Amino acid sequence: MSREYSKPLPGIDDVNRPYWEAARRHELVLQRCRECARYRYPPGTTCPACGSDDLEWTKVSGRGTVFTWTVFHKVYHPGFAGEVPYPVVAVELEEGPRVPSNLVDCPLESIRVGMPVEAVFDDVTEEITLPKFRPA
Amino acid sequence: MSLKDRTAIAGLGYTPQGRVPGRSAMSLYLEASKNAIFDAGLTIPDVDGILIQPCPTDPRISAFGLAQELGLYLRFGGDHQVQGASAGAIVQHAAMAVDTGLCSCCLCAFADTSLSGSPSTGIVYQLASGANAAYGNFGVAAGYAMIARRYMHEYGITSRQFGEVAVTFRRHARLNPIAQMRDPMTIEDHQSSRWVVEPLHLLDCCPVHDGGRALIVTSAERARDLRHPPVYVMGMGQGHPFSDPLRRLALTVTGAARSGKTAFSMAGISPEAVDVCAIYDAFSFIVPLQLEDLGFCGKGEGGAFVEVGRIGLDGELPTNTSGGLLSEVYLQGWVGTHEATRQLRGDCGERQVPGAEIALLTSSGGVLSEHATVILRR
Repeated sequence: MSREYSKPLPGIDDVNRPYWEAARRHELVLQRCRECARYRYPPGTTCPACGSDDLEWTKVSGRGTVFTWTVFHKVYHPGFAGEVPYPVVAVELEEGPRVPSNLVDCPLESIRVGMPVEAVFDDVTEEITLPKFRPA
Repeated sequence: MSLKDRTAIAGLGYTPQGRVPGRSAMSLYLEASKNAIFDAGLTIPDVDGILIQPCPTDPRISAFGLAQELGLYLRFGGDHQVQGASAGAIVQHAAMAVDTGLCSCCLCAFADTSLSGSPSTGIVYQLASGANAAYGNFGVAAGYAMIARRYMHEYGITSRQFGEVAVTFRRHARLNPIAQMRDPMTIEDHQSSRWVVEPLHLLDCCPVHDGGRALIVTSAERARDLRHPPVYVMGMGQGHPFSDPLRRLALTVTGAARSGKTAFSMAGISPEAVDVCAIYDAFSFIVPLQLEDLGFCGKGEGGAFVEVGRIGLDGELPTNTSGGLLSEVYLQGWVGTHEATRQLRGDCGERQVPGAEIALLTSSGGVLSEHATVILRR
């Protein structure tokens, strides 16, 4: 991967590191509570459903549906200068949590709430892979 | 014991608003505060409590710094950060402090220099970090756009109906000499305004401004001896869904459902008793959304409700008679506290709602993340 990448990168910290390491392996993982079996996103230290701190990183299907979506027409960061108008979607994963992402391989006019999507992995730098979604 | 009618808003303070260059935020807090104190017919030493909404552009300012500049040794006070819901929430905390005897006159204040200050909060509102920035998901408006899309999907509300809200409030602003946005606006102007974040047009979004606001909360008994007829705090409530909309169970139920229920229950009235509303309107579509949650119409009926003129000055529920955040000025929840109080004082000139006796105001923060409802009566 040698192209110049000029967009912001996610900040990696001790809590979310497993998420981004998995993305680099082209896997989508979420924390799952060992007490109540619910999944959470974004990464944290406690289960908001039951209060347990016993969370386990678990590979998930990568399948979901578009819960809601927007289209950006304004360039807020120079890295997106060539991209507008671009969509930002909130994908509701089969396992429950909703994640912000981008939709690829889909014209803007085809985006619908409820459309089935699946995760794809965009290796944007040597270190960072962004999970994105495409129509399933 | 219920707080119904036990406290009152006794003074209102304004400053120049809109584009006010060359003014420090502290000078705006001070001017608004002194104007509120004098409007009530009080003197500065009468104030023994201060609650402020922190300044978005100058986080160094505190309630105690303001007290120091006013020469006050407080009995009660602090900075109360509930984002855009602060104004309504602060009135509630002031009422509780007054009623419990922690203080007798509570000054409540806010100032912002978002338009002329440095750095401009125009930029603050566009910040994103982490995964959101990586996906190009910048700005407060984007979170609202996600909710607006969901509102359209679940209930079929349309962009033109969003536009009805903006056009109605612009009509009101044209009757308000201190409103910042007074050019005529049509639905076509709304529909042809550029996208900010789809599905939100520019005219769905409020601008940012400079200015200060303050008010005085005191006991009902004391308020009766002051300069203006008392405006009693009749009911109050709060409701705070999760900060991140994507983590909420439903995007189309706001904190107003809970804050309104508590407030109506305390006031002992139902929505039909309300004569005038001041609904937080940082974005047009959150007005019908809150009106639904407050019970002024059924869930999903907000679009039709705003479309047939009900929220106009001649309608059954005149709403945001000053022009609101969309067309008067962006001073967060303080636009509503002041306009609702003035309507009950009968002080609104051309835009006065005749015989208004009960007003409901809301303040909302974050991305519909925090919510406060206050019901006032004269």
